[in-house]
Amino acid sequence: MMTKQNLGLAVVLLGAMGLTNTADAAEQITFVSQGGAYQQAQTVAILDPSAKKLGITINQDSIPDAWPAIKTQVGSGKPIWDVVDTPTGNCLRGGEQGLIEKLDFSKIPNGAAMPEAYRSPYSVSYEFYSSVLAYSQKTFPKDAPNSWADFWDVKKFPGRRALRNHPFATLEAALMADGVAPDKLYPLDVDRAFKKLEEIKPNITVWWTSGAQSAQLLNDGEVDMEMAWNGRVSAVAKEGAKVAFTYNQGILQSTSLCILKGAPNLDTAVKFLNEAVDPVHQANLPLQIDYGPGNPKAFETNVIKPERAAQLPSEPANAAKQALMSYAWWSSPAGEAAEKRWASFMQK
Amino acid sequence: MLALVSPALLVILALIVLPVGWLAWQSIYHDGFTLENYRRVFTEDIYWRSFALTFEISLAVTVIALLLGYPVAYLANSVPKGWSILILSLVVLPFWTSVLVRAYAWLALLQRTGVINQFLRYLDVISEPLGLVHNTFGTVVATVHILLPFMVLPLYATMQKIPGDLMQAGTSLGASPSLTFFRVFLPLSLPGVLAGCTMVFVLCLGFYITPELLGGGRTVMVSMLVSRNVELYNQFGAASAVAVVLLLSVLAIFFVVSRFISLDRVLGQK
Repeated sequence: MMTKQNLGLAVVLLGAMGLTNTADAAEQITFVSQGGAYQQAQTVAILDPSAKKLGITINQDSIPDAWPAIKTQVGSGKPIWDVVDTPTGNCLRGGEQGLIEKLDFSKIPNGAAMPEAYRSPYSVSYEFYSSVLAYSQKTFPKDAPNSWADFWDVKKFPGRRALRNHPFATLEAALMADGVAPDKLYPLDVDRAFKKLEEIKPNITVWWTSGAQSAQLLNDGEVDMEMAWNGRVSAVAKEGAKVAFTYNQGILQSTSLCILKGAPNLDTAVKFLNEAVDPVHQANLPLQIDYGPGNPKAFETNVIKPERAAQLPSEPANAAKQALMSYAWWSSPAGEAAEKRWASFMQK
Repeated sequence: MLALVSPALLVILALIVLPVGWLAWQSIYHDGFTLENYRRVFTEDIYWRSFALTFEISLAVTVIALLLGYPVAYLANSVPKGWSILILSLVVLPFWTSVLVRAYAWLALLQRTGVINQFLRYLDVISEPLGLVHNTFGTVVATVHILLPFMVLPLYATMQKIPGDLMQAGTSLGASPSLTFFRVFLPLSLPGVLAGCTMVFVLCLGFYITPELLGGGRTVMVSMLVSRNVELYNQFGAASAVAVVLLLSVLAIFFVVSRFISLDRVLGQK
């Protein structure tokens, strides 16, 4: 039978539980990425360990293209998301349009320690992938194409070709084919790039629109060489297709973490942002999926074995062979104009 | 009667009229009244190219579907009932497969390492694989396949109503079978031809997945402009202006057709 004292104790206990619950509820964020195997890999490598270490709850959501949702959520004045993992250009564009919080790097030491090219006032790099030159080893058992100049050289390397139906990375590749050094690309000479693209256009069999399509083209032998994302090519190779790629003159691209303007849990979001780019968490990501860590310090943690590191796009030696995409240029007026010009180029 | 149709009318109002109206409104209103979206559609030549290409493809698809569909409908009309049911089921069967699956099936058939090219190379008919897909050709082939039932069914319905004794009368008056066909049967089946052609042409104008997957990126039909404009301009108005122009073209086609035959014949069977 319950005595009065016991009852009192129970009430106190319940009250305490209630209190801890509210404390827990305050320490939570909503994190958004792109779903699928990629988000699953992050959950294991970064999200769960970060939540544990910080003692917070990370609610997850996913969306293929976060940009329209960022616009509508912040536009409505009451965003429900805190942190988004999205192509870096969205963070920059959002920052300029007042949709993304400006970061205080004194509260983000892990981000502050990253090289300047890997962060912006609004974002820190989260993971890297690369637009690489991929080819069929059946067509090119040796002397494979190794640069964009080779890709453009239809005499020396006959065969069917595919490029992405998008100006990102494609204009960069055209300029490198025309002799521009990977570290001297920006600001892009758009006229020169399109002129060079006109040259290869008759030899492009397919302008692909989705990563899955690029993988299928290579896997089925529909094309002999193409620009594709490194993770897609290695996935096709793992399934047994005779395909390979080179990081030489690849275009290194990234997604970044940024925080929505007026995010409901701003302080926790900043804490999480710092934790998410911690070198050890970052080093765990490529153990789950074929993407490189956004924080280059991850390669100094000894978590990634040298053989594995050599396969990753942002490994320092690989990164040195590539061009780092300038999202600042692509979100500038010149970049936006180039994006619109792409449409008329395709239909001519 | 009104009570009976009002649920349907409400659904149409809520799901079609309101969203389409909202889209049309977006195309002329964005932070104030603007015709910028329409100026772009009517002055930039990529839009003209896309509209021209879309009409060309729709025309080609319609003509091919008619040439393929008419004999099928004729056959279904002239065989005993059991056989005609079988023929029509075969025509309708692909309806139960998604457009996406059928597009991929065509890819497996038409691509460089696909069934057709491999077979032709095996027979030594060709030395280099033919470019059958990732172009306008592949798009037209797959679209014809998808839209063929919309040609065959109205044709069959019209042919069913042509009295068989008219042909017998022609024959009894000494006309050859081909003469009776061209002077009697064909003219009587023309309303079905017009109905089928209108359906196929109009449906083809809005095709999206097939050209996207089989067009190789160069075959940019109007529906693809709609989706691309959402990405490019980050506002619905730029896309909905394209959609409004397409919608008006479709309405114009229906208006012209309705001068010749009643729309009931195109959209249903009467």
